[in-house]
Amino acid sequence: MSTVLEERPAAADAIQKFTATMMIRRFDPDVDTEPRWQEFSVEMLPTDRVLDALHQIKWEQDGSLTFRRSCAHGVCGSDAMRINGRNRLACKTLMKDLDISKPVYVEAIKGLPLEKDLVVDMEPFFASYREVQPFLQSSSKPEKERLQSAEQRARFDDTTKCILCAACTSSCPVFWTDGQYFGPAAIVNAHRFIFDSRDEASEVRLDILNDKEGVWRCRTTFNCTEACPRGIQVTQAIAEVKAAVLRGRP
Amino acid sequence: MSDIPDSSTAPTRTIDGVHYHQHDIVIVGAGGAGMRAAIQAGAGASTAVISKLYPTRSHTGAAQGGMAAALANVEDDNWEWHTFDTVKGGDYLVDQDAAEILAKEAITAVLELENMGLPFNRTPEGKIDQRRFGGHTSEHGKAPVRRACYAADRTGHMILQTLFQNCVKLGINFFNEFYVLDLIMTEVDGEKRPAGVVAYELSTGELHVFQGKAVIFATGGFGKIYKTTSNAHTLTGDGVGIIWRKGLPLEDMEFFQFHPTGLAGLGILLSEAARGEGAILRNSEGERFMERYAPTIKDLAPRDIVARCMRTEIREGRGAGPNKDYLYLDITHLSPEVIDAKLPDITEFARTYLGVEPYTEPVPVLPTAHYAMGGIPTNVKAEVLSDNTTVVPGLYAAGECACVSVHGSNRLGTNSLLDINVFGKRAGDNAVEYVKTAEFAPLPDDAAEFVKGLIDQVRGATGTERIATLRRELQESMDDNAQVFRTEETLIAVTEKIQELRERFLNISVQDKGKRFNTDLLEAIELGFLLDLAEVVVYSALSRQESRGGHFREDFPKRDDEKWLVHTMAYLSGDAHSADAGDHIKLSTKPVVITNYQPMERKY
Repeated sequence: MSTVLEERPAAADAIQKFTATMMIRRFDPDVDTEPRWQEFSVEMLPTDRVLDALHQIKWEQDGSLTFRRSCAHGVCGSDAMRINGRNRLACKTLMKDLDISKPVYVEAIKGLPLEKDLVVDMEPFFASYREVQPFLQSSSKPEKERLQSAEQRARFDDTTKCILCAACTSSCPVFWTDGQYFGPAAIVNAHRFIFDSRDEASEVRLDILNDKEGVWRCRTTFNCTEACPRGIQVTQAIAEVKAAVLRGRP
Repeated sequence: MSDIPDSSTAPTRTIDGVHYHQHDIVIVGAGGAGMRAAIQAGAGASTAVISKLYPTRSHTGAAQGGMAAALANVEDDNWEWHTFDTVKGGDYLVDQDAAEILAKEAITAVLELENMGLPFNRTPEGKIDQRRFGGHTSEHGKAPVRRACYAADRTGHMILQTLFQNCVKLGINFFNEFYVLDLIMTEVDGEKRPAGVVAYELSTGELHVFQGKAVIFATGGFGKIYKTTSNAHTLTGDGVGIIWRKGLPLEDMEFFQFHPTGLAGLGILLSEAARGEGAILRNSEGERFMERYAPTIKDLAPRDIVARCMRTEIREGRGAGPNKDYLYLDITHLSPEVIDAKLPDITEFARTYLGVEPYTEPVPVLPTAHYAMGGIPTNVKAEVLSDNTTVVPGLYAAGECACVSVHGSNRLGTNSLLDINVFGKRAGDNAVEYVKTAEFAPLPDDAAEFVKGLIDQVRGATGTERIATLRRELQESMDDNAQVFRTEETLIAVTEKIQELRERFLNISVQDKGKRFNTDLLEAIELGFLLDLAEVVVYSALSRQESRGGHFREDFPKRDDEKWLVHTMAYLSGDAHSADAGDHIKLSTKPVVITNYQPMERKY
C-alpha cells in the first residue's frame, strides 16, 4: 500500500501539502518556572490531524515534546487538549478545519495540575468520577439477563458514550475556579446509572450530587457540551440530574 | 466505599530509590482481559493492576461490532455450532478443546457482563439483541446466524467501561502509567517461577518492583509492527516481548489478521458489523465481488478470505479511485435510522477522517493490520507454557497477548471480546487458586538492575538515528512484504531490513534526557520490542511453507495438513543480538488438539 502511495506523482503531493505554524505551550517542571510558548513549523496534508502535527514535531524536530495519545481516532480519550482556545481531541481535529493562515495554538487542558507540556495530572478527575459510584447497583440476581426495553435502554444511551477524556470538565469555568466541583464528566457518569432502569442506587447518587459541590454549581454555560468529542448533550444531562434531584427520583 | 485505600498502593519499602510492593497477584495490563482477571483476583486475593495507560485508554475500547455467544435470543443457535465455526474460521489450526470452552463459556460471559451493567442493545422483548458477523453460521455453514451480542458499534467501549466500573466498585489497586519492563523469574525447587515484575513509573521516572506469587500478562497485541493498522500507537507488544526475552516460547506468530475494512490510507477500523447489518463490498465496477468468492455467505466470509479477495480485486485492476488502489464499503441502501442506531461511530469516522457521507456515498476501504492470533502459549487454564506441555507455575496470560489457541490461523470477528472475558476470568480464577497455597518466590537482591541498566542506556543514547525513522522503515517494510500476501522473496527482504534496523537501533538518539513523563525514552524502548517481535513474525512466516488462514504464501498457495497441521513454537536461544535471525531464533512445532472436527476444505 505504501508503495502505491509513493508512486503518486510528486506534483499532486506538492499541491496538497501546506505549511502550518504550531504554537505549543511548553512546560518542563525540571527547568521552567512558568509555561512558555514555542513555535514550530510543520508540513501537513489536509487530512492530517493536529495529532499528526504533534507527532511530526516530536518525531522529526524535538523528541522532548510530551503529550498523551493512544488510539488516534477519538475513542480512547487520551489526547484532550486546548486547540485555539477550545477543548478538543487532537486526533479528531483535522488541520484543514482550522484557520492555518494563523498559528495553531495548542496547550494543556485547564483546571488540572500541569505535569509537563500537554500532560496534566488526571487523578483529581478520576477521583470525582469514583465518588459518584459509577457502577450498576442491583440486588436482583437473575439467572439470565435482566430484561430492559429498547426505550429504557435508549433513556441513558447518550451518557454511555463518555470516554473520560476530561474535555468537558476542564472546559468548565466553575471547575477552573473551584476544583472541588464534581464537574460535568462525573455528573454524566452518574446520569448513565441514575437513568438505567436496572439500577437501584439512584437516590444515593442524587444525594451525592445535591452536595454544595454537586449539580447546583453548574452555571449552564454549555462549554462542556461544545467540548464533548463524543457529541454527548452534557448540559442537558446535568439539567436532567438537577430535575431528578428536585424530584428525589430519576 | 469505592475509594482505594492509600495503604494498598503505597510501597512497602524503598531501597536505593527503588520502590518495592507486594501483592498476591500482579496483573500487567488493564484492558479487557486484565480487568476481567482483576475482578476475579481482587475478590479473592491482594491484587495490583499495572498499566502503561489509564485503564479506560486501553484498546479493548476500540472494538466495535460485538461479542459472540450462542444465546439463541433471536434465532436458533447453540455453542456447538459456534465451536465449529471457530475451528473452521481458524482453518483447523484451532485447539478444539479450547474452542469448545470458549463457545460454551461465552453464554455465561455475556450474561455476567449484562449483570455487571453492560448496556447491550435489546430485542423487542427486552433481551440482549444479536446480529450477524463474518464466519458465524447455523448448522455448520448453512447460513449466517445472529450470534454477536452488541451495544451499537461500540461494544468494546462498553465492555471496557463496564469492567473498569466494576473494578472501581471492588476497589482494585491500579498503578496507572506504570510501564512494566521486566519479569523476574526465580528458580524454586528446580523450576522457574515468576517472582514479580519491574515497572518504570512514567510520571516520575522511578522504578518499582512488584513482588507477586502469581503474575498475569494481559498486555494486548503488537499491531504497530505494521504501518497500516487499526491498532493504537501504544500497541507495541511490550508484554509479549518481555516473555520472549525471558527465553519463553511464542506460538503461531506468523498468523496476523488483516481486517478487510480499514479506512483507506488511514487503517482506522470500520466494523464488520456494517456487513453484519447488510453492507456490501464493491469494486470499481460496482460489482459485489464477494459473491464470486464465497457464494453462500458472501460479504460475511471470514476476514482472511475477504482481505485476500480485496487484494486480488485490486491486483486484477478492479480497485476504485484515481489510483485503483482501494475498494468500497457500501451502506447507502440502509436507512439513515438503521445506520444511526446500529453503526453511529463508524459512519462518523468516515465523515471525520475521509469527508465521506456514508448515507449517500460508498466508503473507501482497504485491509488493515488488526490482530495477532499468535502470542504467549497457554493451556486452557491460562497458564503460560515453557514448552509444548510444561506449565510455568504462577505465570498466566490472557487476551491478545496469549495464544490458547482459540483463534488458530484466523480469528473470527467477535471472538476476541469473548476471548478476553472467558480467558481473562480463567486467568484470575486460577491465579486465586494458585496463591492460596503458593509462597512468594524470593526476589534477587538486584531485582531492578536489568531495567535500571536499560533505562540508563536508552536515556543516555546519543547516536544519530531517529526512533521514528527506524520505526517507519520497519512498518513500511512489514506492509510491503509481510502483509496479506507473502513469498519467500518478500519475507527475506523484510528479514534483511529488520537485521539492518536492529543494527541501526544501537545508534539511536534520545533527545529527552529528563526523568518525568519521558515519552521519548518510552518510544525507544517500544521500538526495541517491535523489532524483536517483527523478526519472530517474519522468521516464523518464512518457515511455514503453506497457506493457512491469515498466512498466505503465494509460493505455497495450498494448505498442507500433512506437514503443517501444527502450531509453530519460536524460542530465543543463543546470542539475542546476533545479526542473523537463524542464529538466535529456534523453531519447533506443537500438535494441534483435534477433538470432533477433522480438517476439511474451507469453503463458504
